Amino acid sequence: MYRYDEFDRQFVAERVEEFRDQVARRLSGELTEDEFKPLRLMNGVYLQLHAYMLRIAIPYGTLNSRKLRRLAHIARRYDRGFGHFTTRQNLQFNWIKLEEVPEILKELAEVEMHAIQTSGNCIRNVSADHFAGAAADEIADPRVYAEILRQWSSLHPEFTFLPRKFKIAVVAAEADRAAIQVHDIGLQVKRNEAGETGFAVWVGGGLGRTPMIGRKVRDFLPEAELLSYCEAILRVYNMHGRRDNKYKARLKILVHETGVDEIARDIEAEYEDIRARGALTMPQEEIARIRAYFAPPAFAELPARSSAFEAAKADSRSFARFVERNVAPHRVPGYGIVTISLKAIGAPPGDATAEQMELIADLAERYSFDEVRVSHEQNLVLPHVRLDDIPAVHAALAEADLATPNAGLVTDIIACPGLDYCSLANARSIPVAQRIAERFADIERQKEIGELKIKISGCINACGHHHVGHIGILGVDRKGEEFYQITLGGSGDETCSIGEIVGKGFSSDEVVGAVETIVETYLRLREGPQETFLSAFRRLGEAPFREALYADA
Amino acid sequence: MALYRNGSFVADDPWRILGADEALPAEGPVALPKARFIAERDGLAGRNAPLGVVIEAGEGLDGLEDDINRLSLVVLTFPKYTDGRNYSTARILRERFGYRGELRAIGNVLRDQLRFMLRCGFDALEITHEGTIAALRDGRINLVSLHYQPASRDEAAPPTAGGHPWRRSSAGRL
Ligand code: HEM
Ligand code: SF4
Repeated sequence: MYRYDEFDRQFVAERVEEFRDQVARRLSGELTEDEFKPLRLMNGVYLQLHAYMLRIAIPYGTLNSRKLRRLAHIARRYDRGFGHFTTRQNLQFNWIKLEEVPEILKELAEVEMHAIQTSGNCIRNVSADHFAGAAADEIADPRVYAEILRQWSSLHPEFTFLPRKFKIAVVAAEADRAAIQVHDIGLQVKRNEAGETGFAVWVGGGLGRTPMIGRKVRDFLPEAELLSYCEAILRVYNMHGRRDNKYKARLKILVHETGVDEIARDIEAEYEDIRARGALTMPQEEIARIRAYFAPPAFAELPARSSAFEAAKADSRSFARFVERNVAPHRVPGYGIVTISLKAIGAPPGDATAEQMELIADLAERYSFDEVRVSHEQNLVLPHVRLDDIPAVHAALAEADLATPNAGLVTDIIACPGLDYCSLANARSIPVAQRIAERFADIERQKEIGELKIKISGCINACGHHHVGHIGILGVDRKGEEFYQITLGGSGDETCSIGEIVGKGFSSDEVVGAVETIVETYLRLREGPQETFLSAFRRLGEAPFREALYADA
Repeated sequence: MALYRNGSFVADDPWRILGADEALPAEGPVALPKARFIAERDGLAGRNAPLGVVIEAGEGLDGLEDDINRLSLVVLTFPKYTDGRNYSTARILRERFGYRGELRAIGNVLRDQLRFMLRCGFDALEITHEGTIAALRDGRINLVSLHYQPASRDEAAPPTAGGHPWRRSSAGRL
């Protein structure tokens, strides 16, 4: 994990003081709410329906026990005893007092955390594969590059007043676990024929009211020029992105309206110029210096097969189920990656209590080389657990209601805060997620259905990623009543696609039944259990689903 | 209104910043809107006084490329402080074109942005916001002084720099 040195510490400390000064000016009335808004947003402070919300950066989703315990402490001391993990690997506190924010930031700074650029029209927290450093299929640790980008983008003097927010995500495997194609910049670390490291680059992806899949502008960008190229993209966007309409201000619209070929040419021209001056070309020593922070922990040499693990699977149905869904293969023999579901049936997706955070911190310290990850699917991950230890980890998780064996299943639902918290919402999201989870609570039925991602947003801003849900649910307002529009066939992985609207929306009473109808239709028409919902949808198209949903209408 | 240049407020501003149809004075330094400058470029060439140009946010530098190095003042406007386009224009002027003359920010120039502007190569700020003027006069500007990326102005590496090619410090100045 990256560790602050004196420079990083002082940087964050100065930022806390800068923000304290801004808050003081707001509280004294020197700044109006309008003047203060862009300043507070730059530091993750939103004004919501009931209170201020503070969004804390968890760079590329990597935490350790000390940080997680501090988050638990903040939840208890300044909020109502819980926090909400988001789809961009951040954490939100929903019940915060503005006057306490500087103190919270100070407490965060003590554990090398901050809220810098977690909102506002700037380069946001850089996200990465939550299995980084552990996944069997990765070719490098993407966090090295995410950290380099995080540093470069922090209080960037040129790119702090962009047309709109700007999101970057990095992966280093063919499997895309960070939804890079729906980010403003998506980066995939790869090697060329000569064995050199570099990046494939996508630009202009994004969700929101006009969802778009990113366009590839580079098949191979040399590793050393990552920052030169990103600076070029940002500069083209800063100068030419639309500022007349905030709904058309994202990079995706510029790419769409200008055409990807012309944008690519502009980026290349800017890039050539920046590269020629060389100020951002990365020296190998600097990459190596950052890489050293992400060096693999001291894994033991273990047999690939653990008899304790196998015995536990044979003994306990519930453990076997947990392993089947929530343990992924690790690159090192004898280890596994454990997903901790924050989607217990009936609980708000992504929420964790202070006690749960502390328990997970203890488990990380004891069993996972002190590492925890936040996934963009709003779960937590213990990345490096010995197979021998997984039974004990499972037992401890189960006691805290954290062992729901549903990773990737129909009840592993992403939902935005919706009308329960958010002032922009048309409809509630969390209760719909809870009701769907309750309807499908039977784990045998979930297993039968297999991999199925439901994603729910309370309005067109799409914080719940509904466009890339296999089943997407969007809250709309129909004459003052909450309605839900369903999209099918979206996907946020390497086969990225935007879901299609199936037909007219459903009332709050009808929506859970509609989801069930879709699932039953899939089960009836699939070629077998090996054909997932997404593959079946891609084969069948939406017609059979539409028929089933609207047959008696 | 006050003009803050190279680290302090200055009383004398020799420049006249003209609108689209204001008559050109016979002598003295003048700055013209970009379109007018381009239209009157040939006549201006004979003037025996420093020349400047005013570039609105979004206008960019197209069409001025060959004039930049005979300019003594470039004024870049910030109609709203959230309109960041001219930060890029400033850096392009300084870094790509090697422009060495005065680079002045006008419009919504506020205290929380001052250091970003200076780092992007502005050396003069025309400030109308009273709170910002007062804060600058009283030295009450509280901004992060350490930076993770090089920008346009010459900046020292901070004391802890060893091996960090991009770290910079603004310690000791705004
Ligand atoms: C409750 C306070 C929140 C507010 C006011 C809010 C506001 C917004 C707005 C206005 C957009 C649209 C931006 C655009 O299209 O340019 C957006 C998009 C988004 N938000 Fe939120 N949001 C909130 C909470 C969240 C949470 C809790 C998450 C994560 C779980 C989240 C993740 C996202 C994501 C991933 C997008 C889509 C980004 C894209 O278009 O590529 N937001 N949000
Ligand atoms: S999708 Fe809409 S309702 Fe949900 S959090 Fe985002 S802005 Fe709020």
